[in-house]
Amino acid sequence: MSSARMLGLGSVLRQAALKPRGWIYAANALRMVVPKRGIKTQSLPPSSMTEILNTQRLKRPSSPHFTIYQPQLTWLGSIANRMTGSALSVLLYGYALAYLVAPGTFDSAHVIEFVAGLPDAVKYTGKAILAAPFAFHSWNGLRHLSWDAGKFLSLKGAYQSGYAVLGATAVTTVALVLM
Amino acid sequence: MQSLVARSSVVRPSVLRSSARTFATSSARAQAVPTEKPVLNKEFKIYRWNPDEPAAKPKLQTYTVDLNQCGPMILDALIKIKNETDPTLTFRRSCREGICGSCAMNINGQNTLACLCRIDRNESKDTKIYPLPHMYIVKDLVPDLTLFYKQYKSIEPYLKNDNPPADREFLQSQEDRRKLDGMYECILCACCSTSCPSYWWNQDEYLGPATLMAAYRWMADSRDTYSAQRKEKLQNEMSLYRCHTIFNCARTCPKGLNPAAAIAKIKLELAAD
Repeated sequence: MSSARMLGLGSVLRQAALKPRGWIYAANALRMVVPKRGIKTQSLPPSSMTEILNTQRLKRPSSPHFTIYQPQLTWLGSIANRMTGSALSVLLYGYALAYLVAPGTFDSAHVIEFVAGLPDAVKYTGKAILAAPFAFHSWNGLRHLSWDAGKFLSLKGAYQSGYAVLGATAVTTVALVLM
Repeated sequence: MQSLVARSSVVRPSVLRSSARTFATSSARAQAVPTEKPVLNKEFKIYRWNPDEPAAKPKLQTYTVDLNQCGPMILDALIKIKNETDPTLTFRRSCREGICGSCAMNINGQNTLACLCRIDRNESKDTKIYPLPHMYIVKDLVPDLTLFYKQYKSIEPYLKNDNPPADREFLQSQEDRRKLDGMYECILCACCSTSCPSYWWNQDEYLGPATLMAAYRWMADSRDTYSAQRKEKLQNEMSLYRCHTIFNCARTCPKGLNPAAAIAKIKLELAAD
């Protein structure tokens, strides 16, 4: 009996027992009932819809974004523009503030003296680290100005100007390092 | 003709033997069974999340599909997986020809329509399929687009004109009509908006490329007289100016449109005001 209840056959068997030649009815009914097995539904008023939706919305995950997006010149260039801009600003404001705090230590004469004492490898590396972001940000700034003026607004234009900026950055960085 | 010969030769072989010999090559071709294609198994890694088990973290589930028993597009593979392997896999699809925009998803790192994206037949590389990036997930590959549609509604995407012509249709020069080309074709699949990093970080206030291009579509329309009011609504820090001309939108658009250019034109017009 308990297995019949588990299969959802309780009512069918009871009906069958009330009828003559019950086993035939039971067999027919069994065939009709078996596909229903395991499906339970719950009746709810339409007004509960909002609540169900809201509880579900609270738990929804946000889909992954920059970790799975294909690396493209478009958005990587934009991120590089922001990062170089921030780094250059931090350097400018940091140095200016440091000069305000300790003018004796951070004036030009002391900086020149400090750099002159460094080995050549450190000098060139340091120059490259400073020159590359400066060159990239400057050229990309011109690219942004031309966009704002309505130039290079096709996808092709965006890519061509992007590669042009990268090329110009490389040339300018080398030139600045060798200066 | 070939099938007729083949069939009759089965019925009365002795009578037609000589003619059957004449047609020997063609009848053999008619009766030949198609050769079995080799198995070309490719792995698809698909993002899964089930709202019935909200505590379980989203995961990538791997399915293997024989590409020689499957249609050419990613959507064909998804439908095959759903039909034959796992009926719980959930995704939106409708027209299967790139006009409804339902099957927008992130395939191998790019947002596109599954029905327009060919399966890469290189079986050594798997294909990763995620839902549209940085959206709340309803289930598996189905993102919640409620906000996206609300933003579209907020720009009043319909013709507004207080003095319509009394007795006939609006007339428009061919030149004016041409200004709408490249904008009216948008199917609102949300590929561009969800590819935009600005939209990822500020979608509560920034309208996003799809909505902004729709806004410009009505500004550029010579029949619409509410251009000034439409511009006025965008004249704030967030709605429009979170666009930093990244061009992800134009790069990803499955219809080949250019929302970045449309937004740049809005900015130009606002600057000229």
